[in-house]
Amino acid sequence: MRRPIPLSRSCLTFRHWRRRRRGAGDGWAQGGIAASRLAGAAARASFVSFRVCMKKAVAAGRALALAGLLLLGLAALAPTLAPAQAQTAPDLAPTELAPTVAKFANDSYAQTAEALAELSTTGSPQAAAIVSALADGRLLYDPATKAVYIRLADGSLQDAATGAKASGAPADLSAVRANNRVRRAIEAAAGALSLLDADPAKRRDAAAAVFKSRDAAALPTLDAALAQEKVADVKAALAEARAAILIGKADAPEAEQMAAVKLIAARGDQEALGLLRTVPASAPPAVKAAAAEGIAAIERDLKFWEVAQNVWYGLSLGSVLLLAAIGLAITFGVMGVINMAHGEMVMLGAYTTFLVQEVIRTSAPWLFDWSLAIALPLAFMFTGLVGILIERTVIRFLYGRPLETLLATWGVSLILQQAVRSLFGPTNQEVGAPSWMSGAFQVGQMSITYNRLWIIVFSLLVFFALLMVLKRTSLGLYVRAVTQNRRMAAAMGIRTGRIDALTFGLGSGIAGIAGVALSQIDNVSPNLGQGYIIDSFMVVVFGGVGNLWGTLVGAFTLGVANKLLEPFAGAVLGKILLLVAIILFIQKRPRGLFALKGRAVES
Amino acid sequence: MRGIIDRTGGIFLFLVLAAAVLVPASNLLLPPSNPLHVPDYMIPLIGKYLCYALLAVAVDLVWGYCGVLSLGHGAFFALGGYAMGMYLMRQIGPRGVYGNPVLPDFMVFLNYKELPWFWHGFDWFPFAALMVLVVPGVLAFVFGWFAFRSRVTGVYLSIITQAMTFALMLAFFRNDMGFGGNNGLTDFKDILGFSVQASETRLALFVASALALAAGYLICRALVTSKYGKVLVAVRDAESRTRFLGYRVENYKLLAWTLSAMLAGVAGALYVPQVGIINPSEFAPSQSIEMVIWVAVGGRGTLVGAALGALIVNAGKTWFTGVLPEAWLFALGALFVVVTLFLPKGVLGLGSQISERLKKPAAPAAAPAE
Amino acid sequence: MSLTPLNARPLAAKTLAGAPLPGTLAGPPPEVVKSPGALSLEADDALFAAERPVRDPLAVTSALLYLDAITVSFDGFRALNALSLVIGDKEMRAIIGPNGAGKTTMMDVITGKTRPNTGTALFAGVHDLTTLDEAAIAELGIGRKFQTPTVFDMHTVEDNILLAVKADRRAFANIRWHRTAYEKARVDELLERVRLQDHRFRRAGDLSHGQKQWLEIGMLLAQEPRLLLVDEPAAGMTDQETADTAVLLREIAKTRSVVVVEHDMQFVRDLDVKVTVLHEGSVLAEGPLDQVSADERVIEVYLGR
Repeated sequence: MRRPIPLSRSCLTFRHWRRRRRGAGDGWAQGGIAASRLAGAAARASFVSFRVCMKKAVAAGRALALAGLLLLGLAALAPTLAPAQAQTAPDLAPTELAPTVAKFANDSYAQTAEALAELSTTGSPQAAAIVSALADGRLLYDPATKAVYIRLADGSLQDAATGAKASGAPADLSAVRANNRVRRAIEAAAGALSLLDADPAKRRDAAAAVFKSRDAAALPTLDAALAQEKVADVKAALAEARAAILIGKADAPEAEQMAAVKLIAARGDQEALGLLRTVPASAPPAVKAAAAEGIAAIERDLKFWEVAQNVWYGLSLGSVLLLAAIGLAITFGVMGVINMAHGEMVMLGAYTTFLVQEVIRTSAPWLFDWSLAIALPLAFMFTGLVGILIERTVIRFLYGRPLETLLATWGVSLILQQAVRSLFGPTNQEVGAPSWMSGAFQVGQMSITYNRLWIIVFSLLVFFALLMVLKRTSLGLYVRAVTQNRRMAAAMGIRTGRIDALTFGLGSGIAGIAGVALSQIDNVSPNLGQGYIIDSFMVVVFGGVGNLWGTLVGAFTLGVANKLLEPFAGAVLGKILLLVAIILFIQKRPRGLFALKGRAVES
Repeated sequence: MRGIIDRTGGIFLFLVLAAAVLVPASNLLLPPSNPLHVPDYMIPLIGKYLCYALLAVAVDLVWGYCGVLSLGHGAFFALGGYAMGMYLMRQIGPRGVYGNPVLPDFMVFLNYKELPWFWHGFDWFPFAALMVLVVPGVLAFVFGWFAFRSRVTGVYLSIITQAMTFALMLAFFRNDMGFGGNNGLTDFKDILGFSVQASETRLALFVASALALAAGYLICRALVTSKYGKVLVAVRDAESRTRFLGYRVENYKLLAWTLSAMLAGVAGALYVPQVGIINPSEFAPSQSIEMVIWVAVGGRGTLVGAALGALIVNAGKTWFTGVLPEAWLFALGALFVVVTLFLPKGVLGLGSQISERLKKPAAPAAAPAE
Repeated sequence: MSLTPLNARPLAAKTLAGAPLPGTLAGPPPEVVKSPGALSLEADDALFAAERPVRDPLAVTSALLYLDAITVSFDGFRALNALSLVIGDKEMRAIIGPNGAGKTTMMDVITGKTRPNTGTALFAGVHDLTTLDEAAIAELGIGRKFQTPTVFDMHTVEDNILLAVKADRRAFANIRWHRTAYEKARVDELLERVRLQDHRFRRAGDLSHGQKQWLEIGMLLAQEPRLLLVDEPAAGMTDQETADTAVLLREIAKTRSVVVVEHDMQFVRDLDVKVTVLHEGSVLAEGPLDQVSADERVIEVYLGR
């Protein structure tokens, strides 16, 4: 073990050593993009074999950079495909409206209401035009000829029954009058008519409106609409609307009520639950039993979805924790450096996003959807450079003194915070979401927002990119060499100082990337980082220091545990419980979930 | 006693006790026009610094001698403060805004029907004073019992102490904890029958703080100069060697840790009536880290240095926030960096650091990795 | 466990005042348990040793240290594989073996730092080492010297010895502590023995490597252990220091059992004791150095390399 490795064989031996070490210390994070590129400079070291090694590293580094770009592009790809549905008009038979329309000319509220009721079942577009004209007071009649007209927006007149242009109409037309009863009839007719509208989307909306209102008066129209409906999902919506009415209707036949209960129960959501509870006490026992069964089934179902939703929130929180902790896993886990300014690196990444968006807003608004993709590399480079600067000026003097490092980096974090506060002010900055990050979709009974989904995907991409990329580069190897035996590594020509700086820069750069993502879901203020630092340390310590996989598992475990605790304990108490649990866990397993064992642990 | 008080300690004790006598004397006897007159507003301010100094001595006992870097001593300080705050709240009696003879104002406001069980007894000063010691002590004992027994050390310990104070902060922010939530406890009227606003009371509190600091220093000093203290330092420098010599390291640490927490509690209890408020922000992890820098500035492992550091940093803070509020965090941040990089022994160790530099001119300023 | 007593001597009864030590094997009433390493005021080690209880009536073995079928694995890697080792009272044993043979892990098991997965570890026949912690084992009378000299750098040489001198180890007792005449005498004596009396008030951190090694041995002796575990005492020493150390250890072994782990073959030869060769976590060979070094398998795994 203490036998020196001949310098001429250094490259080979290191590779060999790495292969042998795979089993034991696999989790050790390795290397980085920029780092391996810079490692090229180290190739100027005097050993030939060493130079060969380094060249490989450079090549690998380039491949990495490519992979990184690819990754970023992927993240920028937005789901722009909206389902375009062919619009099929209902196959309505042409109806003769004239006899009905004529009733409007009688100046009788009863007749008018009757005419409206008749119109509502026709489904003709002209009927809709008549109803809306009546609602606006544009439906006119000639008391003399009993002809009915519609006044169009441009002032010209139209024959109400046919829709043809009416020329030479007399000037003394009267408006068809409406009282409250008529107005209600107008509303009902308008609603019913949209059930028969040519546009399926409108029909669907109308069905949903009826489902909510459960207006028994709409039943005949619903039946008519159902009979002629061809679009499957509209038909289903209509059927549900009909069932909703029937459930509350005491005089409906038992068989129909039964069918309605079954149909509603199949819907399985909160509204269905509400509907099933409206089954009147006078309903037949069988119907009541079916409703009770449906309620139980839905409640079971909803409970499941609630848990699923919480797990989803937990995964989302876990991804945030992972993003925040992953850079720390490198600086703390691999280098043993306690970087209390890590949160501030995240904050700087978020401010980079803010600045990028500011520039885009003022000079290139069309690029807005790409703002995050542009901000990612910039944030990585900027925070990476800040990290290297910190490492070169402060941390490198403190290796081997973790507690002092902790204090010094805390000082750095105060300076960074105050600097940002002085530059941008203490208030929250507006960071917008690109179109592909906004909105949500429904899975079963839970809703999934796009920004959370993308952040989960992004955090995993960053994690695996880091893991894969670093496993394939020599930089990771050098990092481990330096952290495990600094003097030996130096003796073999590794520029330990440079490796330290690059590793630290890499960890900081990843924190910056995390800041870009977190700017989408958190307030961008100088205090942004403070909120993450304790959580990040918890994740790393819980997962096991020096183990990237541990960080992954730790982040998601803590995220999900937190969100599952919240319904029982509340947000704050849940968090307290979790902190206490972690404190107790550390007592039990001081080296975390995925602890390294054996000789490597010594000292 | 002669072994306990060395030269530096002697000077320190003399100064503290002199302050306890001279400051009230100057305030009471000299006319305000006299340049040596200590104005009224300075009394609680310096009294506050003295509480901080006692707190720093407590932090130094565990960090400087035991190697346990606590990032959670603010919790013990705040708990002591809350215990005193509860006593002071109960003393308000019917003089509160709502005039409820039993319930403090915030409880009336939050629709409490009766006093929560843990508030009972706090209207009696001896009980409250006991709690000032017991509450932080018990928390520290339980926490330390688990932590030291399972051999959580170094950075891990620091992080979980930070988590502890963070969890407590979150808890005390909750209204239904029964400690006034966000606003904490305030609007105190009197202590032991004397108005907290009266300048005589403030002078008395000042003297009490100075005496507590002196006593705290003497207790810690007696501890670290005993064989127990030698073992503590041994634990700090080579923990497993100490274990293999047959010492139960966890018990040694636990004793120092618990005592330190109790001293911090006393500091908090004296602090609250002088500043007139205690709220959950005292639990903030950043507060606890700041305490550590006081110790580092003065000189870790010297006790006197810790007290000195607390005075220097807090006087600086007062000055900066008055003159250049924007720059205070820059200054504090720079202080953290500069002290860890260039003053590993703190202000108190500056002399020996310079003389060592002169002896070994080749030695670098900051020691690199070991 | 049917072992023939190696040296079944009559009981020299001398009990330590106070409670029986923890960790005795289950079953027998604890008050019969005799404690080893009783407090001795005699400066003379030989006399001190004669008064020591040699054999406990409840002992299941007469060996001072009895390891049987000890297995320790870390993540599937077997650091110790069914290791069995018996050290008699006042025996000195050298342990050799290539890197990774499990020497340090064996010491960790004996001193309570590592818990074996399976196996029996008995001290003085009655104390189950696998259930005790480091401090308890140290108080039983097992001292350990680390591979790299580990002393308290910030303390003076004198204080280093003082902290090791056998005395009440409890925290509260040490708060009300005053230096006793016994402690003073012991410190003086031990400083002389490890030839550090001139460095008495120096900080231990300022000592040379060899001096630190000796200081650590001095601390071990101050503990008055019945068994000393010494890990590579000659590492980093000059030839003269190495030879002196061998002499010192042999002298110590007159009154105590000593287990020495060493790489330096000349040093092992100087010790002139029975040698145990470890390989891949178990005993490969045992016997005098000459016999062991002639063993084919030993040559293959160790000496031949």
